[in-house]
Amino acid sequence: MKIKSVVLAAVGLAFASSVSFADDMTIVSWGGAYSSSQNNAYHKPYMAKNPDVNIINDESSAEAVAKLRAMNEAGNVTWDVVDVVASDAIRLCDEGLAEVIDPTKDLAAAPDGTSAADDFGELLVSECFIPQIVYSTTFGYRTDKVGDTPPTDICAVFDLEKYPGKRSLEKRPINNMEWALLCDGVAKDKVYDVLGTDAGVKQALAKLGTIKDSVVWWSAGAETPQLLADGEVVMGSTYNGRLFALIEEQKQPVAMLWDAQVFDLDGWIIPKGLPADRLARAKDYIMFATDTQRLADQAKYISYGPARASSAPLVGKHEALGIEMAPHMPTDPNNAKNTFLYNYEFWADNRDDIDAKFQAWLGK
Amino acid sequence: MSDAGSNAPVLTNDGVPLKVSLQRALRREKLRAFLLIAPLLIFILITFVLPIADMLFRSVENGIVADTIPQTIKSLSDWDPSTGELPGEPTYAALHADLSVAVKSKTHTRLGSRLNYEISGASSLFRKTGRRIKKMDEGNYKEQFLKADKKWGDIAYWRVIRQFGARYTAGYFLNAVDAENTGDGVQFRPEDEQIYLFLFGRTMFLSVSITVSCLLLGYPIAFLLANIKVRTSNLLMILVLLPFWTSLLVRTSAWKVLLQQQGVINDFLVWTGLISDAGRLVMINNQTGTIIAMTHILLPFMILPLFSVMKTISPSYVRAAKSMGANDWTAFWRIYFPQSIPGIGAGAILVFILSIGFYITPELVGGTSGIFISNRIAYHISSSLNWGLAAALGVMLLAMVMVLFYVYDKIVGIDNVKLG
Repeated sequence: MKIKSVVLAAVGLAFASSVSFADDMTIVSWGGAYSSSQNNAYHKPYMAKNPDVNIINDESSAEAVAKLRAMNEAGNVTWDVVDVVASDAIRLCDEGLAEVIDPTKDLAAAPDGTSAADDFGELLVSECFIPQIVYSTTFGYRTDKVGDTPPTDICAVFDLEKYPGKRSLEKRPINNMEWALLCDGVAKDKVYDVLGTDAGVKQALAKLGTIKDSVVWWSAGAETPQLLADGEVVMGSTYNGRLFALIEEQKQPVAMLWDAQVFDLDGWIIPKGLPADRLARAKDYIMFATDTQRLADQAKYISYGPARASSAPLVGKHEALGIEMAPHMPTDPNNAKNTFLYNYEFWADNRDDIDAKFQAWLGK
Repeated sequence: MSDAGSNAPVLTNDGVPLKVSLQRALRREKLRAFLLIAPLLIFILITFVLPIADMLFRSVENGIVADTIPQTIKSLSDWDPSTGELPGEPTYAALHADLSVAVKSKTHTRLGSRLNYEISGASSLFRKTGRRIKKMDEGNYKEQFLKADKKWGDIAYWRVIRQFGARYTAGYFLNAVDAENTGDGVQFRPEDEQIYLFLFGRTMFLSVSITVSCLLLGYPIAFLLANIKVRTSNLLMILVLLPFWTSLLVRTSAWKVLLQQQGVINDFLVWTGLISDAGRLVMINNQTGTIIAMTHILLPFMILPLFSVMKTISPSYVRAAKSMGANDWTAFWRIYFPQSIPGIGAGAILVFILSIGFYITPELVGGTSGIFISNRIAYHISSSLNWGLAAALGVMLLAMVMVLFYVYDKIVGIDNVKLG
């Protein structure tokens, strides 16, 4: 009898959970501090406003493109809203895996009445993509290992004499090739013209070759902070939010080198192939989560800049540390003296080709 | 039953010939046996065989070009790229007709991504042209396309479209062996783009190294386990199995802490004065790191089959050899070792096949010189979305394992493998 009642209870539970499934909304993001900032700034207030919706976090953004394609081919899309970087959003849009968004209809206007299209401005890089934050890939260095002359210039990365020791760079051509050319005397506005040629790729790889033996290559954003904390490298590239946590929360002897930081965007897409009711709900969430106040709120938990112009003045203090967040934003005028914006079109065209050359070069 | 010797068939009670009745009973037995395993068979077929077959089929499948721009492909069939001239106006008109349809279903950008694997720039070419296509006037399409994007005047793009117009392509496989068809025959890619054959070679080399080091480390442990008291060997067995209860990622990261230049081992060596502070050893982010970490992870797969085979070797053989005057080494080498070979065979195959497809550990500790072909397959599956190339690489890896398996069968004999 006892076993029977347990079985019955289990069946009942399974049934109940499958019934409540109708109100679950699966939101996919990157996990870690980033997901928790979204949870605090977007998910909690949204669920308070819509008590019948239960948001489920899925930390699969790193494999989102491949998984969405697989789901689409299987005809069973289980995700409602997905957080991806802009280049992935462009790819998903090209592949027909993401819904097209109409900024005037699907996004909230700014409090002063500025339309969403103007508020986001040129950050709307794809018709399927709703930008959320501006983040940057930049360098951090160990303050105790650079002597009395801390680096101020990106080319310190290539200067082994002045700053001996290992550096960590991302195991992909994007960003590294631009920095190499920039430090090899190519003018900033000519970088992509040069990189578009075979000779330019060779030039960039040759410059990277001068430090190849001193490079630790990373593939996950958490690696550089760890390598810096262990003293394994003197400087390394990673996302600015990771460095903020390392410096301000963990109080490591590390400082930011903002020079030639590369801006990139992260934001939402809605997968194609959702049934009408889930699509409407996803759009409702997006409308809420990307309004001016919500984007500014997220900056309380993580040092990434809001993608709306109207959110910038609303950025306040860090929720736990109580420090002003504005000076830690990559978009702050003091930090943004010399910046790159990820060239989406160039890399969409040339990524496969240059990546093959880069990997061949790495392997040799 | 004296007339059983005559030609009349033996009948059962109900008059059916015994042979038929027996066959019927056997068939029923077989059907019942089959029905018993049917759920498993169907499960494997649906969840394992079909998806793999589907994935492998992608290595040659190329319907997207012909499906998206059918009229253009047809019109290109009588165009000869070797003349060095662009296709004529009818082809551009056909392209306009095809793209007008494709833009509505948004398949033109998909085609662009597909062709971008073959020629850089196709992605933006189709995206940009797709935006212009609605605004084009009737007639004089060639000029309008050239105005929309000057790449339409580049013969290289037309050559690629023509070449990949077929429903099935060998292009992915050519790519997987660092070759390409440039229009005048198959040839190797320029040296600075060759990577896959090199990676296949390294995958083989590293997998063999890992298998050998697993064998060298695992054999003595298995021998010890098989030849001590059961109570102690059970305890030691738990230690062998312990790593299975820890996440693979944790074990790999632990090796980072141990092996890195500011890590535990280097700190210890510097402290003892064996190496200087400036001369810290580089043991991670290279092949050494990959071999060490993967040997640790795969060691149980070597020890377990070895142990279970050694358990069955009777100690009396070795005793007999010794009683006839063999010394310890001879008794081991001539008597014990040959009997343990089936275990070595099983362990080596297990470790080798597992390591050949390993991906996460090399990614984390392999640096640049310790990565496997599977890391590139993972990249093409999840980042570049070039599933055709990933499938082609997968087919080659599968074929390579099959060939090795065949060679192994010829040399060692697959019957000479025992898991216990």
